[in-house]
Amino acid sequence: MNDPTYTHILKEGLWLNNPGTVQLLGLCPLLAVTTTVINGLGLGLATTLTLVASNVSVSLIRKLVRPEIRIPVFVLIIASVVTVIELSMNAWLHDLYLILGIFIPLIVTNCAIIGRAESFASRQTVDRALLDGLAMGIGFTLVLVTLGGMREVIGQGTLLAQAHLMFGAFGEHLTLTLIEDYRGFLLAILPPGAFLGLGFLIAGINIINARREKKSTLKTMPVSQPAQA
Amino acid sequence: MNYRQVVITTIILLLFALIGTALVVYTFDNTRERIAANERATLLRKLHQLIPPELHDNTLLDDTLTVTSRPLLGTTGPVMVYRARRAAQPVALVIAPIAPDGYSGSIKLLVGINVDGTLSGVRVVAHRETPGLGDAIDETRSNWIHVFDNRSLGDPSLERWAVKKDGGDFDQLTGATITPRAVVKAVRQALLYYRDNQEALFASNKTDTPAPDEHGH
Repeated sequence: MNDPTYTHILKEGLWLNNPGTVQLLGLCPLLAVTTTVINGLGLGLATTLTLVASNVSVSLIRKLVRPEIRIPVFVLIIASVVTVIELSMNAWLHDLYLILGIFIPLIVTNCAIIGRAESFASRQTVDRALLDGLAMGIGFTLVLVTLGGMREVIGQGTLLAQAHLMFGAFGEHLTLTLIEDYRGFLLAILPPGAFLGLGFLIAGINIINARREKKSTLKTMPVSQPAQA
Repeated sequence: MNYRQVVITTIILLLFALIGTALVVYTFDNTRERIAANERATLLRKLHQLIPPELHDNTLLDDTLTVTSRPLLGTTGPVMVYRARRAAQPVALVIAPIAPDGYSGSIKLLVGINVDGTLSGVRVVAHRETPGLGDAIDETRSNWIHVFDNRSLGDPSLERWAVKKDGGDFDQLTGATITPRAVVKAVRQALLYYRDNQEALFASNKTDTPAPDEHGH
């Protein structure tokens, strides 16, 4: 098997194979949570932690587990990891837990995690699995934060509302009111806004990808032309 | 696959189940007390928004009572009452009734009532109202909930304890009438319950209060 390079793993997770916009995995938490930047950031960080922990454990035991039982074993690992994270957050980061608590069990339903366990971590060395978990997690977080930001600005005219729940007293000053006396645009906050927002996000990414492709084909042209001359 | 392999595979799966369970049990055991303490602290912080700590000298979370009243407190289940006293004299109490008729289900409230029958304040602790409309009853979303501060059964008179649309004194929310209507009604009912049961609510002292698992942290 050819081992992917570290930069390739990073590129895959952050852009080329992003779980949120390309693989379209984990849509349930993605659409449910992204009403604000802070919600998105919180769920993104918790998902990243789960992805890293589950990828590393799956990679560690990859030679022990027979193919017939790999899926139940992955499910066991992911469920245990998520439960441990939930309990630990409740105990040591209680204020954050009060906001994100209901979203943490949703991580178990995020098929991006079992997807990475099955298609990557179970075939790769621990260091690559760790990096993949990190890259995929950060890629997912970026999508959550972007979508959360779009919906928050359009829906309630603010950015980083309730940041103090995550950053403490420091966060109180982070909240930006972009539009004063904004009456709110309910559609953006309700579930349809999540689908529309994600649609526009994916469209935007496709446009960027198409432009980049065009540029790279243009770049290769001049190289061949001097040969002709 | 022969028997030998089946057995080995089963044992491996069983081992993973055991390790996973052990990990969760271990974490649960080590976090249980912290989590209970955190939850107590969070609840106490909410109660102290309604009854400032300097007004009482007892422990609110240990001086509790559970009551039931389907028509006035909105649920057939037990409703918690936290009593505040100063030098053994009643100061105020917080009832945790439920508004059963919110736009999307029940709304859990904390209603703080001073001993003279005025409201020290109301807070929403759990709800599923529409984001952007009904959720303005939440103190973190708007200050609507402060319309109840210092009100009482005579202020306004009983028949005007309703939203303006129903001929009452309380503002409804833009685009949401059902939610504030449910909250106003629940607060009014809680005040009625307090008026009718005031002595019983403060009477029983903490030794005969059923307050399990309140000690030992």
